[in-house]
Amino acid sequence: MNWESVIGLEIHVQLATNSKIFSGASTSYGAEPNAQACAVDLGLPGVLPVLNERAIEMAIKFGLAIGAKINLHSVFDRKNYFYPDLPKGYQISQFETPIVGEGSIVIALEDGQERTVGITRAHLEEDAGKSIHDLFPGQTGIDLNRTGTPLLEIVSEPDIRTSKEASAYFRQMHTLVRYLQICDGNLAQGSMRCDANVSVRPYGQEEFGERTEIKNINSFRFVERAIDYEIGRQIDVLESGGIIERETRLFDPDRDETRSMRSKEFSEDYRYFPDPDLLPLTFSQALVDKIALTLPELPDAKRARYIEEFGLSEYDARSLSADLDRSDYFEAVVNTCNNSKQATNWIMGDLSAYLNRNNLEISASPVSAQQLAVLISRLDDQTLSSKTAKALFDGLWNKADSEQSVDDLISEMNLAQVSDDGELTGIVEQLIADNPGQFEELRNGKDKMLGFFVGQVMKMTQGKANPQQVNEIIRAKL
Amino acid sequence: MAVEKFTSLRDMSAALAAGEYSSVDLTNAHLDDIEQRNTNTNSFITIAREHALNQAQRADEQRAKGDATPLTGIPIAHKDIFCTEGLLTTCGSKMLSNFHAPYNATVVDRLNAAGVVTVGKTNMDEFAMGSSNETSFFGPVANPWDRSLVPGGSSGGSAAAVADGLVACATGTDTGGSIRQPAALCGVTGLKPTYGRISRYGMIAFASSLDQAGPMTRSAEDTGLMLSYMAGFDPRDSTSANREDEWLRAIAHQGIPKLDQPLTIGLPKEYFDNLANAQIIEAAQAELAKNGHKFKEVSLPHTKAAIPTYYVLASAEASTNLSRYDGVRYGHRCENPTSLQDLYERSRNEGFGEEVKRRILTGTYTLSVGYFDAYYIKAQKIRRLIANDFSKAFEEVDLLLAPTCPTPAFSLNEHAKDPIAMYQQDLYTVPTSLAGLPALSVPCGFVNNLPIGMQLIGPAFREDTILCVAAQFQQATDWHKRHPGESA
Repeated sequence: MNWESVIGLEIHVQLATNSKIFSGASTSYGAEPNAQACAVDLGLPGVLPVLNERAIEMAIKFGLAIGAKINLHSVFDRKNYFYPDLPKGYQISQFETPIVGEGSIVIALEDGQERTVGITRAHLEEDAGKSIHDLFPGQTGIDLNRTGTPLLEIVSEPDIRTSKEASAYFRQMHTLVRYLQICDGNLAQGSMRCDANVSVRPYGQEEFGERTEIKNINSFRFVERAIDYEIGRQIDVLESGGIIERETRLFDPDRDETRSMRSKEFSEDYRYFPDPDLLPLTFSQALVDKIALTLPELPDAKRARYIEEFGLSEYDARSLSADLDRSDYFEAVVNTCNNSKQATNWIMGDLSAYLNRNNLEISASPVSAQQLAVLISRLDDQTLSSKTAKALFDGLWNKADSEQSVDDLISEMNLAQVSDDGELTGIVEQLIADNPGQFEELRNGKDKMLGFFVGQVMKMTQGKANPQQVNEIIRAKL
Repeated sequence: MAVEKFTSLRDMSAALAAGEYSSVDLTNAHLDDIEQRNTNTNSFITIAREHALNQAQRADEQRAKGDATPLTGIPIAHKDIFCTEGLLTTCGSKMLSNFHAPYNATVVDRLNAAGVVTVGKTNMDEFAMGSSNETSFFGPVANPWDRSLVPGGSSGGSAAAVADGLVACATGTDTGGSIRQPAALCGVTGLKPTYGRISRYGMIAFASSLDQAGPMTRSAEDTGLMLSYMAGFDPRDSTSANREDEWLRAIAHQGIPKLDQPLTIGLPKEYFDNLANAQIIEAAQAELAKNGHKFKEVSLPHTKAAIPTYYVLASAEASTNLSRYDGVRYGHRCENPTSLQDLYERSRNEGFGEEVKRRILTGTYTLSVGYFDAYYIKAQKIRRLIANDFSKAFEEVDLLLAPTCPTPAFSLNEHAKDPIAMYQQDLYTVPTSLAGLPALSVPCGFVNNLPIGMQLIGPAFREDTILCVAAQFQQATDWHKRHPGESA
């Protein structure tokens, strides 16, 4: 039988506020365990939550960016369950009335096709702490630094059909929240995590199959692998006559498999009800309108503009706009050198290659956008040849100093093209004198010999001669 | 000069200002008395001698510098539900019998800023769940009028301490009557302010949408003074009211003002059906009428539904408010847990008493899938109807006059086997809690040498009207000046 998979993702985005969603404690990553948990985060008796308004603004910003309905009235609920890293015994979340209603996002697939994925809702909630099971033998450590970090949980419709689409959706969401500057996008530090709801059904069947939920996936690669494994597992179960149980599963990247965490019989009743410590969240349309004015250019608009304004190909435009740091770098280069084609080639080519090789983000590039722009300008004014430009790029990379003057380095490395007519004429005359036979052949119409002479000049000038100029000088001698 | 027992806050304040005694003298006298007589009632869980004398010394210094408030140097007691840095905060529970909060409740901070001296923490029903002070892990409190009787609850320790003259004022909290009912049963004046009037920060939560702190003293005048320093917006409590009432500031220095015109006072007829001792309330009404106030019967038709509504909502909130006591970070933890589940189950089973468990179970049930709509949602709807009853009544009248409790103080163990009978104690206090309205209980007579209280209930944030009428009543009567041990 042919099977079709149906996938929905719940993405948890840590909002980039300075302090927590309901307390004044810092949200910065990497502090000593429990150093950033105040009385409110610790769930001490009598303390009360106070909502961080920055988190509201960020949620509204996100809602506007996906064309969603912003609910001017929403409610914080308590989601009740016991776990050692959940100090209050409940998580403050939004259940019945989320701040962001229905919206959608367009994703691009590898074959260039686009698909629209519906967003059911996005709501604000607080993150839990971390249980650390492998540090103390026989004991579990609890780190409550993460407790109360604001999360935006973005729930998609079951519109996704393949694991590739799922990771494209996750990536697109990553691009968007980085554009909106509401999340640092650091997957390794858990700034974005997702749960995947997966089911399979025979092709053509209308209803969905029973689904399982894979919890806490924290990389683009793992989303694909976890979903692929789960689809395969479900098909195997169904084809051998079994049935899929509604359950929560955990992806184990080391073994590349999903494992059952808890099944439906043990599923918790979270006893949601409105948190009486917090008033309903209400704000005016005027606030929404004000935030709308602060929305940056979004990825789709930027891509369209790159095609229109800079004449980039669809592929290049998408690639350069996929990441905010990358597009900022690109635009900084273009703005200085006014050569979008060269800027594209250098960023997509040498710069990307160097960055990948050194496992660096573009924001940490040793060659600044300003330096690359000057390099391109020197290519344009023929100070550099394509060969010396590469040598210069390598030199700038190794200096790793954004203060380094590009022109000084050209002199220092002696990379400027020799374009002094007299000097080049002298070299050409010397060559003709040394190679009379070859010159005769050239004279007799053997054009290949032109290459020989130009090549020799380039060799003698260590590639610094302007090949066009050399050409002209030789032709004048014929 | 010797400190006289049963001195009012105002008189103590004046004596301190006149230099008749220092705060250290006053505090020592109080501490000696409390240490000697606390066993009579078991009003205090913690007696804070060292802490108090330090504060008293600072109060005297503050006064010497000339920046004393009317409360500077006055000994007070806090219900053990308020977190106090440097002192134990138990909430009357084994669960928190070892808990030291690293912060003060806002109420404690505000009163400290005014210069008060905390002489101790008072006994209470466990997590404020009870109407008799019998559920405390630290033993029941006796009613100073008759030690075989209960003082009411949950602020029973505060009420008994004030009634017995151990302190002139104490803080209490009221969720469904926990200030007013013990005030009535002990013959003191107790105010439950409007919900949001006083910050809940650092006050251990029972039912967040109902909990409200308030003063317990021996007169309306002293109650107004305490309120003035306890009330105010707190950015750390999202439900605290952000408002400035001028009278609230003025009352601290100028006292309760005279009413400039007579009022229309409503008598909710549902509160007088089958009321035992109705003659006492009627006599109080006659006394008030002498000031020209008019009385009018009004109806609060949903009164009957208040108790079940309250117990559904309060228990629902309590069931999750008390989830944090899990034995993981602080509070009672069972010995040698064998698993996480075992840690939770035994720590909570050992740490909580019967009444607390009953309410956690009830609340968990009413929030569960399949029951939520029938109980929690329905109760919320009735709560709104009850609030509407009051709104409608206040279109016709300025205040309501009602009994505080159905009976005077009852015997220890009288309702121990029957929680439903115990819950009836809250009959007249719970509706105002559900509506979030201010209500004051003042002594208005005696039955068999036991004090009886009446309630004055006002519209939201009109504690001023309540206090004015109560002060007027107390000028004409001396019920509030009677003390245990004297012949009534």
